Amino acid sequence: MSFRSLKEIIKQCDEQQKPFWKVVLEEDMEERMVTAEESMAKMEQLYQAMKNADASYEKSLKSASNLVGGDGERMNRAILENKTLSGPFIGEVIAKALKMGESNACMKKIVAAPTAGSCGVIPAVLLSYEEKYHATMQQMIEALYVASGIGEVIAARAFLAGAAGGCQAEIGSASAMAAGALAFLNGGGQESIAHAAAMSLKNLLGLVCDTVGGLVEVPCVKRNVVGAVNAIASADMAVAGIRSQIPPDEVIDAMREIGEALPRSLRETGEGGLAATPTGQEIMNRLFRE
Amino acid sequence: MYGDACFFNDSILTKVIYREAVKAMNVFDIMGPIMVGPSSSHTAGAVKIGFTARQLLREEIKYVKLSLHGSFLATGKGHGTDKALIAGLLGMKPDDERIPYSFQYAEEQGLVFEFAGIELRNAHPNSVLIKLEGVKGNQLEIVASSIGGGAIMINKIDGVEADVCACYPTLIVNNVDKPGHVSLVTSVLSQKAVNIATMRIYRDKRGGNAVMIIECDQEVPLEVIDLLRKAEGVMRVTYLSMEEKNEF
Repeated sequence: MSFRSLKEIIKQCDEQQKPFWKVVLEEDMEERMVTAEESMAKMEQLYQAMKNADASYEKSLKSASNLVGGDGERMNRAILENKTLSGPFIGEVIAKALKMGESNACMKKIVAAPTAGSCGVIPAVLLSYEEKYHATMQQMIEALYVASGIGEVIAARAFLAGAAGGCQAEIGSASAMAAGALAFLNGGGQESIAHAAAMSLKNLLGLVCDTVGGLVEVPCVKRNVVGAVNAIASADMAVAGIRSQIPPDEVIDAMREIGEALPRSLRETGEGGLAATPTGQEIMNRLFRE
Repeated sequence: MYGDACFFNDSILTKVIYREAVKAMNVFDIMGPIMVGPSSSHTAGAVKIGFTARQLLREEIKYVKLSLHGSFLATGKGHGTDKALIAGLLGMKPDDERIPYSFQYAEEQGLVFEFAGIELRNAHPNSVLIKLEGVKGNQLEIVASSIGGGAIMINKIDGVEADVCACYPTLIVNNVDKPGHVSLVTSVLSQKAVNIATMRIYRDKRGGNAVMIIECDQEVPLEVIDLLRKAEGVMRVTYLSMEEKNEF
């Protein structure tokens, strides 16, 4: 059975004296009746696919609606020209998140993590971390198991789809998963992992899904940036020993409650919020005429 | 566990769910799949619908008419749903980088397609009605929907309710409602050590037209399908294989 609470994962870590990632790996081995090698080979494929997607970004591509494309390149240029306030590491994270979001909108191959709309968050922080700290493939795979374990709990207690729970369910979940993975990579134990995820999700509670024209473009691409940068801040807080005053599982339950209370117009219908602005409407009308 | 269906006398059944296979969320339902963007429901799911339609027809497609419903109609173009459906009909998978160019491939391979809008009754927002004609002249009509995260449902096959998830090898038998057909099917499957995951039976009236939808844990051997096709009272046997063939 898949995990229904972070508490349950932490309990297993404590009782069996095992790291977070290993508990998640062993659950997969049991669930799908595979060996550790088989499971980890599949996870490595996903990480490799994230790397390939990042490397094959095409700066000249535009999405079918013409709303998205080229921003990753703009950000890269700003980093090279030393123009960013956030510095080279965060700058790289921002650029990678934009690039992946844009590649997705332009029908390139990506890894849904956990969804296609939020596919930029996890690779942005993990690939940037690997580059900066020269981490091994083994470490990166372990980090992906940490992220997946958090995602499993969110899927079991709440939801991962914007149509079900708004953007908080997509970017919020991706950010929580990324935060836990980063806390792990930066030396955090199971408590830090869970609290990094909790703080990250808390910061994005209430975020609505108001896609212009119903497309995975505006504001999705840039929301990947906020998910990634929020994950870094939350992981840093958690490893510093800062804790969420609301326990992690209760934060996830709050996300569900908020998602269920969101009106339909703010759950991936392209009817409310940014989609309902005069410019959003104009774009939608143009798309429909074409 | 095969053969559990034999406890029942099929003449008294109208609609029975023997065993529901519930798919638990595993690590790789959260992380992944590797897919061409931008949307798991409107793009990856659409490819899977096309691919499944092709698997059901079991031959190369000559002509197809696709009628888009709901959100597929409203936002399909921006999500590449049209290209994704055609890509699947050509045998591509959701991670195939040729998906954006599927219309060109269709032209090269002589697949003629036509899109339309439709208002389907009681359908999921992401639904499509597909009418197919194969190179050997076989025809098929399905209603399918993309239900989220790349998962799909084949709701109707040739006008008959099916609700098949296309995640198991699936056998669909149309027969005359008479005693013996359920036990015939379950016994030939058990002889070939094919385990039944789920089984549903519908009929329009007593002694009328019946349909059996059987999702299996293993592939059903072709000889079983041939045997069933020849059986008395069996009008049609459709089989959805999970073996991914690119050519027929």
